[in-house]
Amino acid sequence: MELSVNIKKALRDFILNVNFTIKNEVLALLGASGCGKSMTLKCIAGIQMPDEGVIILNGRTLFDSDKKINLRPQERRVGYLFQNYALFPNMTVAENISFVAVNQNSVEDNIKKFQLNGLENSYPAQLSGGQQQRVAFARILSSNAEILLLDEPFSALDSYLKWQLELEMSKIFQNYDNSAVLVSHDRGEAFRLSNKVAVMSHGQIEAIDAKHELFKNPKTLSATLLTGCKNVSSARIIDDENIFADDWQLSFHIVHCQPFIKYVGFRAKFIEYSQSAGENTFLFEVVQIIEDTFSYLIMVRAKGSNGKLIRWEVDKKIWRNIQADEIYLHFPSKKLILCNK
Amino acid sequence: MEISPLIITLKTAVVSTVITFFIGIGLAYIVVNMKRGQGLADAVITLPMVLPPTVVGFFLLLMFGKRSLIGQFLLQFDFSLVFTWQATVISAVIVSMPLMYRTTRGAFEQLDKNIIYAAQTLGVSDWKIFWRILIPNTRYGILAGLVLSFTRALGEFGATIMFAGNIPGVTQTMSTAIYAAVQANDYDLAFQWAMALVLFSLTFVLIMNKWIDMKK
Repeated sequence: MELSVNIKKALRDFILNVNFTIKNEVLALLGASGCGKSMTLKCIAGIQMPDEGVIILNGRTLFDSDKKINLRPQERRVGYLFQNYALFPNMTVAENISFVAVNQNSVEDNIKKFQLNGLENSYPAQLSGGQQQRVAFARILSSNAEILLLDEPFSALDSYLKWQLELEMSKIFQNYDNSAVLVSHDRGEAFRLSNKVAVMSHGQIEAIDAKHELFKNPKTLSATLLTGCKNVSSARIIDDENIFADDWQLSFHIVHCQPFIKYVGFRAKFIEYSQSAGENTFLFEVVQIIEDTFSYLIMVRAKGSNGKLIRWEVDKKIWRNIQADEIYLHFPSKKLILCNK
Repeated sequence: MEISPLIITLKTAVVSTVITFFIGIGLAYIVVNMKRGQGLADAVITLPMVLPPTVVGFFLLLMFGKRSLIGQFLLQFDFSLVFTWQATVISAVIVSMPLMYRTTRGAFEQLDKNIIYAAQTLGVSDWKIFWRILIPNTRYGILAGLVLSFTRALGEFGATIMFAGNIPGVTQTMSTAIYAAVQANDYDLAFQWAMALVLFSLTFVLIMNKWIDMKK
């Protein structure tokens, strides 16, 4: 199952310009709200029309501006899971599924598969969020959809229910070998449910890569921020092995130099406590201490500078043993995130 | 007491409401799905509601009168619409349709768009979406529009008297009968028809309200 998308569409504040191909994998489009993620899904489904470009699903052209092809949503065979599930309110669970089913024999199977037995005659308004999601899935899988598009499936829910639904969804994904595109602004959700992650910002895909690679090495500033890195600074190259972080007023020794380095990032969790100075180890003054649920967030600034604050996330037990006003912190050079834009 | 105004009023209201029902829903569906020109189309359809009914009646006279194109065409079949029962129906349709159109359009727009999109992506034809999803899920709005346009048709006066006249036994409705009675200084008769109209409209709205409550 292969989907390839290469489209442009002028939106109010920016131009949506998306290009990707996926094959039997789950792609997560990760980005802040209003960056064009959902619009991308709507263009694939045929609910919105791109200005130009090509969309091909399993060899079938769904959209091609040059050849003037624009299939109606009904002809695209694209399963779209809406944020609010969009079940038909006037139909029972069984009717919701059988109304769109290609093969009526599959209705019974999907009701069983999604554990909807006993709910067949309930109306959507009588179901819980989790049950609604299962009906929506059963409905899509009973139709002739060849790919799944998931539009922020959990964002309207509280965190406990969210987790329950995510567990259910990952179970569904395990038995689903087709491609899927998931839109999310939650990096954890994107990481847990997908194989591949694309980071979007202002309508552009900034970075697209296998999820482990992307979270390890996000390459661009917005990708670094979206993957949850709290510490970033503009940076410049000093020589082959050293860079200077302007905002923090610190110079770092790096392992692999790149031709361009504009920003450097460091995850708050990967900063290490140290007893004395050394390579990539500096003296900091503690500016603020914030107690989080299971850790302390220590805001520090390079001693004697007026640099930007750096956030260090440390285990509660470890911090209780330190509790100093001035500390040495080590930044392993392997964990430095270097961005070229 | 001559009961023909009652019969004519009911006949007119029922027939015009049936016509209004289909045209109103159809126009609402077309305007909601228009990509451009929505504002203009909406204004034109709503116009008969905001204009004085006499103006509507006057335009109907111009449109269907013996000197108009349509009037000339109908004359070839020895038929003229002006001052006929059909003219009362046309007047009622034109004046009550904006109510049906606007209420239905509001109901269509209130329905979660994603429900329609979901049906489309799941391969449901537009025809099936319209009859099995859009109409059933907006039925209370449509029903409200029906009640409003029926009661409006029951009491239609201005356009009717201009276009259909006030011919007893042919085009005289309850509301034009009241006018005629007052002109003739017969206040008792006017009062009887007035009470009949109030009673009819009130009963109708009450029954519909009750019915909607029960269904909910």
